[in-house]
Amino acid sequence: MSISNPWPWYIAGPLIGLTVPVLLIFGNKFFGISSSLRHICAACLPSKIPFFQYDWKKEIWNLFFILGIFFGGMIAANFFADPNPVVVNPKLATELTQYGITDYSSLVPKDIISWHSLFTVKGILLMVVGGFFVGFGTRYAGGCTSGHAIMGLSTLQWPSLIATICFMAGGFIMANLILPVILRL
Amino acid sequence: MENTDFEVRSLDTICINESALQHKWYHNIKYLVAGVIFGIILVKSEVVSWFRIQEMFRLQSFHMYGVIGSAVVVGMISVFLIKKLKIKTIYGEPIVFHTKKFNKGQIYGGLLFGFGWAMTGACPGPLFAQVGAGATVVAITLLSAIAGTWVYGKIRNKLPH
Repeated sequence: MSISNPWPWYIAGPLIGLTVPVLLIFGNKFFGISSSLRHICAACLPSKIPFFQYDWKKEIWNLFFILGIFFGGMIAANFFADPNPVVVNPKLATELTQYGITDYSSLVPKDIISWHSLFTVKGILLMVVGGFFVGFGTRYAGGCTSGHAIMGLSTLQWPSLIATICFMAGGFIMANLILPVILRL
Repeated sequence: MENTDFEVRSLDTICINESALQHKWYHNIKYLVAGVIFGIILVKSEVVSWFRIQEMFRLQSFHMYGVIGSAVVVGMISVFLIKKLKIKTIYGEPIVFHTKKFNKGQIYGGLLFGFGWAMTGACPGPLFAQVGAGATVVAITLLSAIAGTWVYGKIRNKLPH
Protein backbone atom coordinates (compact mmCIF):
# COMPACT_ATOMS: atom_id res chain seq x y z
CA MET A 1 0.00 0.00 0.00
CA SER A 2 1.35 3.41 -0.92
CA ILE A 3 0.29 6.79 0.40
CA SER A 4 -1.66 7.34 -2.83
CA ASN A 5 -4.09 4.52 -2.12
CA PRO A 6 -7.27 5.43 -0.28
CA TRP A 7 -6.67 5.33 3.47
CA PRO A 8 -8.71 2.76 5.44
CA TRP A 9 -11.16 3.90 8.12
CA TYR A 10 -8.99 2.64 10.98
CA ILE A 11 -6.21 5.03 9.93
CA ALA A 12 -8.34 8.04 8.96
CA GLY A 13 -10.88 7.86 11.81
CA PRO A 14 -8.39 7.95 14.70
CA LEU A 15 -6.40 10.73 12.97
CA ILE A 16 -9.60 12.78 12.62
CA GLY A 17 -10.37 12.06 16.29
CA LEU A 18 -6.96 13.44 17.26
CA THR A 19 -8.03 16.84 15.92
CA VAL A 20 -10.11 17.16 19.11
CA PRO A 21 -7.19 17.14 21.60
CA VAL A 22 -4.89 19.00 19.20
CA LEU A 23 -7.23 22.00 19.01
CA LEU A 24 -7.87 21.92 22.75
CA ILE A 25 -4.17 21.85 23.54
CA PHE A 26 -3.35 24.49 20.91
CA GLY A 27 -5.59 26.99 22.65
CA ASN A 28 -8.83 25.70 24.14
CA LYS A 29 -10.54 25.54 20.76
CA PHE A 30 -13.61 23.41 20.20
CA PHE A 31 -13.51 21.38 17.00
CA GLY A 32 -16.33 22.66 14.81
CA ILE A 33 -16.33 23.70 11.19
CA SER A 34 -19.81 25.05 10.46
CA SER A 35 -19.15 28.03 12.77
CA SER A 36 -16.77 29.28 10.08
CA LEU A 37 -19.78 29.94 7.85
CA ARG A 38 -21.21 32.17 10.55
CA HIS A 39 -17.92 34.02 10.96
CA ILE A 40 -17.83 34.61 7.21
CA CYS A 41 -21.33 36.14 7.44
CA ALA A 42 -20.30 38.23 10.44
CA ALA A 43 -17.18 39.44 8.64
CA CYS A 44 -18.65 40.07 5.20
CA LEU A 45 -22.36 40.78 5.50
CA PRO A 46 -23.49 41.32 9.10
CA SER A 47 -26.33 43.65 7.89
CA LYS A 48 -27.18 44.68 11.46
CA ILE A 49 -28.50 41.16 12.12
CA PRO A 50 -28.03 40.53 15.86
CA PHE A 51 -26.86 36.95 15.22
CA PHE A 52 -23.84 38.32 13.36
CA GLN A 53 -23.00 41.11 15.79
CA TYR A 54 -19.97 39.79 17.59
CA ASP A 55 -16.26 40.14 17.35
CA TRP A 56 -15.54 37.52 14.67
CA LYS A 57 -11.84 38.37 14.82
CA LYS A 58 -11.70 36.54 18.14
CA GLU A 59 -12.67 33.39 16.24
CA ILE A 60 -10.20 33.87 13.43
CA TRP A 61 -8.44 30.61 14.27
CA ASN A 62 -11.50 28.89 12.76
CA LEU A 63 -10.97 30.68 9.45
CA PHE A 64 -7.29 29.70 9.43
CA PHE A 65 -8.40 26.11 10.03
CA ILE A 66 -10.81 26.05 7.06
CA LEU A 67 -8.23 27.74 4.85
CA GLY A 68 -5.97 24.87 5.86
CA ILE A 69 -8.63 22.33 4.86
CA PHE A 70 -8.81 23.99 1.43
CA PHE A 71 -5.02 23.75 0.98
CA GLY A 72 -5.04 20.21 2.36
CA GLY A 73 -7.56 19.23 -0.32
CA MET A 74 -5.33 20.84 -2.93
CA ILE A 75 -2.19 19.06 -1.71
CA ALA A 76 -3.88 15.66 -1.49
CA ALA A 77 -5.33 16.00 -4.99
CA ASN A 78 -2.16 17.27 -6.64
CA PHE A 79 0.65 15.42 -4.92
CA PHE A 80 -0.65 12.06 -3.82
CA ALA A 81 -3.89 11.53 -5.61
CA ASP A 82 -5.19 8.05 -6.20
CA PRO A 83 -5.20 7.62 -10.00
CA ASN A 84 -8.03 5.09 -9.81
CA PRO A 85 -11.71 5.99 -9.58
CA VAL A 86 -13.41 5.51 -6.21
CA VAL A 87 -14.55 1.90 -5.66
CA VAL A 88 -18.15 1.74 -4.50
CA ASN A 89 -20.58 -0.99 -3.60
CA PRO A 90 -21.82 -2.59 -6.86
CA LYS A 91 -25.41 -2.10 -5.69
CA LEU A 92 -24.85 1.65 -5.55
CA ALA A 93 -23.17 1.62 -8.97
CA THR A 94 -26.16 -0.23 -10.45
CA GLU A 95 -28.57 2.28 -8.94
CA LEU A 96 -26.54 5.30 -10.07
CA THR A 97 -26.29 3.97 -13.64
CA GLN A 98 -30.09 4.25 -13.87
CA TYR A 99 -29.73 7.99 -13.28
CA GLY A 100 -26.95 8.34 -15.84
CA ILE A 101 -24.19 8.66 -13.24
CA THR A 102 -21.20 6.75 -14.56
CA ASP A 103 -18.21 9.04 -13.96
CA TYR A 104 -16.39 8.08 -10.75
CA SER A 105 -13.21 10.03 -11.47
CA SER A 106 -13.94 13.00 -9.17
CA LEU A 107 -14.99 13.46 -5.54
CA VAL A 108 -18.38 14.51 -6.86
CA PRO A 109 -20.27 12.87 -9.75
CA LYS A 110 -19.32 15.04 -12.73
CA ASP A 111 -22.44 13.90 -14.57
CA ILE A 112 -24.62 15.93 -12.22
CA ILE A 113 -22.35 18.17 -10.14
CA SER A 114 -20.34 20.31 -12.57
CA TRP A 115 -20.34 23.83 -14.04
CA HIS A 116 -21.99 22.29 -17.05
CA SER A 117 -24.99 21.09 -15.06
CA LEU A 118 -25.25 24.09 -12.74
CA PHE A 119 -28.16 25.57 -14.64
CA THR A 120 -30.18 22.38 -14.89
CA VAL A 121 -33.00 21.59 -12.47
CA LYS A 122 -30.96 18.75 -10.98
CA GLY A 123 -27.88 20.93 -10.65
CA ILE A 124 -29.74 23.75 -8.92
CA LEU A 125 -31.41 21.33 -6.52
CA LEU A 126 -28.23 19.44 -5.64
CA MET A 127 -25.79 22.33 -5.43
CA VAL A 128 -27.79 25.45 -4.60
CA VAL A 129 -30.66 23.99 -2.55
CA GLY A 130 -28.45 21.27 -1.03
CA GLY A 131 -25.83 23.81 -0.05
CA PHE A 132 -28.47 26.05 1.47
CA PHE A 133 -29.74 23.15 3.60
CA VAL A 134 -26.19 22.48 4.79
CA GLY A 135 -25.64 26.07 5.90
CA PHE A 136 -29.10 26.69 7.31
CA GLY A 137 -29.40 23.28 8.96
CA THR A 138 -26.01 23.24 10.63
CA ARG A 139 -26.47 26.68 12.16
CA TYR A 140 -30.03 25.87 13.25
CA ALA A 141 -28.72 22.67 14.84
CA GLY A 142 -25.77 24.55 16.34
CA GLY A 143 -23.11 22.39 14.72
CA CYS A 144 -22.25 19.88 12.02
CA THR A 145 -20.55 16.52 11.83
CA SER A 146 -17.42 17.91 13.49
CA GLY A 147 -19.04 20.05 16.19
CA HIS A 148 -21.85 17.70 17.17
CA ALA A 149 -21.00 14.17 16.00
CA ILE A 150 -17.29 14.26 16.85
CA MET A 151 -16.69 17.03 19.40
CA GLY A 152 -20.12 16.81 21.03
CA LEU A 153 -20.12 13.03 21.38
CA SER A 154 -16.49 13.05 22.56
CA THR A 155 -17.54 15.28 25.45
CA LEU A 156 -20.66 13.15 26.10
CA GLN A 157 -23.22 15.85 25.35
CA TRP A 158 -26.65 14.35 24.87
CA PRO A 159 -27.99 17.25 22.73
CA SER A 160 -25.20 16.37 20.28
CA LEU A 161 -26.39 12.76 20.22
CA ILE A 162 -29.88 13.96 19.30
CA ALA A 163 -28.44 16.23 16.60
CA THR A 164 -26.31 13.38 15.21
CA ILE A 165 -29.31 11.03 15.09
CA CYS A 166 -31.26 13.72 13.22
CA PHE A 167 -28.39 14.28 10.75
CA MET A 168 -28.44 10.58 9.96
CA ALA A 169 -32.25 10.41 9.81
CA GLY A 170 -32.35 13.36 7.40
CA GLY A 171 -29.64 11.76 5.28
CA PHE A 172 -31.42 8.39 5.13
CA ILE A 173 -34.73 10.03 4.15
CA MET A 174 -33.08 12.15 1.46
CA ALA A 175 -30.81 9.44 0.00
CA ASN A 176 -33.43 6.69 -0.09
CA LEU A 177 -36.72 8.47 -0.65
CA ILE A 178 -36.22 11.93 -2.15
CA LEU A 179 -32.88 11.85 -3.99
CA PRO A 180 -33.98 9.00 -6.32
CA VAL A 181 -36.83 11.25 -7.48
CA ILE A 182 -34.49 14.23 -8.00
CA LEU A 183 -31.93 12.14 -9.86
CA ARG A 184 -34.59 10.84 -12.26
CA LEU A 185 -35.53 14.41 -13.28
CA MET B 1 -34.97 36.92 21.12
CA GLU B 2 -32.13 39.20 22.00
CA ASN B 3 -28.76 38.24 20.92
CA THR B 4 -26.94 38.85 24.11
CA ASP B 5 -23.48 37.56 24.58
CA PHE B 6 -24.96 34.72 26.60
CA GLU B 7 -27.11 33.85 23.64
CA VAL B 8 -24.10 33.47 21.35
CA ARG B 9 -22.35 31.36 23.92
CA SER B 10 -25.21 29.04 24.73
CA LEU B 11 -26.27 28.23 21.18
CA ASP B 12 -22.94 27.77 19.56
CA THR B 13 -19.61 26.37 20.25
CA ILE B 14 -18.03 29.72 19.60
CA CYS B 15 -16.76 32.50 21.78
CA ILE B 16 -16.86 30.26 24.80
CA ASN B 17 -13.23 29.77 25.51
CA GLU B 18 -11.86 33.20 25.12
CA SER B 19 -8.36 33.33 26.29
CA ALA B 20 -7.27 36.32 28.30
CA LEU B 21 -4.01 36.09 26.41
CA GLN B 22 -3.45 38.22 23.36
CA HIS B 23 -1.41 36.70 20.60
CA LYS B 24 0.06 38.00 17.40
CA TRP B 25 -1.72 36.82 14.25
CA TYR B 26 0.97 34.30 13.35
CA HIS B 27 0.00 32.20 16.34
CA ASN B 28 -2.92 31.16 14.13
CA ILE B 29 -0.56 29.45 11.69
CA LYS B 30 -0.75 26.31 13.82
CA TYR B 31 -4.48 26.10 13.10
CA LEU B 32 -3.72 26.47 9.41
CA VAL B 33 -1.29 23.55 9.64
CA ALA B 34 -3.85 21.46 11.57
CA GLY B 35 -6.38 22.29 8.86
CA VAL B 36 -4.00 21.22 6.08
CA ILE B 37 -3.45 17.84 7.74
CA PHE B 38 -7.18 17.46 8.38
CA GLY B 39 -7.95 18.32 4.74
CA ILE B 40 -5.45 15.75 3.47
CA ILE B 41 -7.01 13.07 5.70
CA LEU B 42 -10.51 13.96 4.46
CA VAL B 43 -9.52 13.58 0.83
CA LYS B 44 -7.31 10.50 1.25
CA SER B 45 -9.93 8.62 3.26
CA GLU B 46 -12.57 9.51 0.62
CA VAL B 47 -14.97 10.82 3.27
CA VAL B 48 -15.32 13.88 1.03
CA SER B 49 -16.55 11.67 -1.80
CA TRP B 50 -20.21 12.12 -2.74
CA PHE B 51 -20.25 8.41 -3.57
CA ARG B 52 -19.08 7.39 -0.10
CA ILE B 53 -21.83 9.49 1.48
CA GLN B 54 -24.42 7.76 -0.70
CA GLU B 55 -23.10 4.35 0.42
CA MET B 56 -23.33 5.44 4.05
CA PHE B 57 -26.95 6.53 3.81
CA ARG B 58 -27.86 3.29 2.03
CA LEU B 59 -26.00 1.10 4.55
CA GLN B 60 -23.89 -0.25 1.70
CA SER B 61 -20.50 0.27 3.28
CA PHE B 62 -18.98 0.32 6.73
CA HIS B 63 -16.32 2.84 5.75
CA MET B 64 -17.98 6.08 6.91
CA TYR B 65 -19.28 4.50 10.11
CA GLY B 66 -15.79 3.23 10.84
CA VAL B 67 -14.27 6.67 10.27
CA ILE B 68 -16.79 8.62 12.37
CA GLY B 69 -17.04 5.91 15.03
CA SER B 70 -13.29 5.55 15.56
CA ALA B 71 -12.88 9.36 15.50
CA VAL B 72 -15.44 9.64 18.30
CA VAL B 73 -13.73 6.90 20.33
CA VAL B 74 -10.32 8.59 19.99
CA GLY B 75 -11.93 11.95 20.79
CA MET B 76 -13.61 10.53 23.91
CA ILE B 77 -10.41 8.93 25.19
CA SER B 78 -8.50 12.17 24.56
CA VAL B 79 -11.05 14.30 26.40
CA PHE B 80 -11.06 11.80 29.27
CA LEU B 81 -7.27 11.97 29.51
CA ILE B 82 -7.20 15.77 29.29
CA LYS B 83 -9.67 15.95 32.19
CA LYS B 84 -8.03 13.20 34.21
CA LEU B 85 -4.47 14.46 33.84
CA LYS B 86 -5.54 18.13 33.92
CA ILE B 87 -3.58 18.76 30.73
CA LYS B 88 -3.12 22.44 29.90
CA THR B 89 -2.87 24.32 26.62
CA ILE B 90 0.55 25.07 25.17
CA TYR B 91 0.15 28.52 26.74
CA GLY B 92 -0.33 26.99 30.16
CA GLU B 93 -4.04 27.75 30.44
CA PRO B 94 -6.42 25.15 31.85
CA ILE B 95 -8.65 23.43 29.28
CA VAL B 96 -12.31 24.18 29.99
CA PHE B 97 -15.35 22.25 28.77
CA HIS B 98 -18.87 23.62 28.42
CA THR B 99 -22.18 21.81 28.33
CA LYS B 100 -24.48 22.23 25.36
CA LYS B 101 -28.12 22.97 26.04
CA PHE B 102 -30.83 21.12 24.21
CA ASN B 103 -33.13 23.06 21.93
CA LYS B 104 -35.50 21.98 19.15
CA GLY B 105 -33.09 23.37 16.57
CA GLN B 106 -30.99 20.26 17.02
CA ILE B 107 -33.93 18.26 15.68
CA TYR B 108 -35.24 20.54 12.89
CA GLY B 109 -31.85 21.88 11.90
CA GLY B 110 -30.35 18.41 12.19
CA LEU B 111 -32.88 16.94 9.76
CA LEU B 112 -32.38 19.80 7.29
CA PHE B 113 -28.62 19.41 7.44
CA GLY B 114 -29.09 15.66 6.89
CA PHE B 115 -31.02 16.42 3.68
CA GLY B 116 -28.26 18.74 2.53
CA TRP B 117 -25.53 16.26 3.44
CA ALA B 118 -27.11 13.53 1.27
CA MET B 119 -27.74 15.95 -1.63
CA THR B 120 -24.33 17.62 -1.79
CA GLY B 121 -22.39 14.63 -0.48
CA ALA B 122 -20.58 16.95 1.89
CA CYS B 123 -20.76 18.57 5.27
CA PRO B 124 -19.10 21.96 5.81
CA GLY B 125 -15.49 20.71 6.19
CA PRO B 126 -15.57 18.55 3.06
CA LEU B 127 -16.99 21.45 1.04
CA PHE B 128 -13.73 23.35 1.55
CA ALA B 129 -11.69 20.21 0.83
CA GLN B 130 -13.63 19.45 -2.36
CA VAL B 131 -13.05 22.94 -3.74
CA GLY B 132 -9.36 22.67 -2.87
CA ALA B 133 -9.16 19.25 -4.52
CA GLY B 134 -10.33 20.78 -7.77
CA ALA B 135 -14.12 20.33 -7.79
CA THR B 136 -14.40 24.09 -8.35
CA VAL B 137 -18.16 24.09 -8.89
CA VAL B 138 -18.56 23.17 -5.22
CA ALA B 139 -17.69 26.83 -4.54
CA ILE B 140 -21.31 27.47 -5.56
CA THR B 141 -22.53 24.93 -2.98
CA LEU B 142 -20.31 26.62 -0.42
CA LEU B 143 -21.65 30.10 -1.26
CA SER B 144 -25.15 28.70 -0.95
CA ALA B 145 -24.26 27.25 2.46
CA ILE B 146 -23.02 30.67 3.57
CA ALA B 147 -26.31 32.13 2.29
CA GLY B 148 -28.19 29.47 4.27
CA THR B 149 -26.34 30.44 7.44
CA TRP B 150 -27.09 34.10 6.75
CA VAL B 151 -30.81 33.45 6.22
CA TYR B 152 -30.91 31.44 9.44
CA GLY B 153 -29.39 34.42 11.27
CA LYS B 154 -31.94 36.71 9.65
CA ILE B 155 -35.06 34.69 10.55
CA ARG B 156 -34.00 32.86 13.67
CA ASN B 157 -36.34 34.89 15.91
CA LYS B 158 -39.27 33.38 14.05
CA LEU B 159 -38.04 29.78 14.21
CA PRO B 160 -38.95 27.34 16.98
CA HIS B 161 -36.04 26.67 19.27
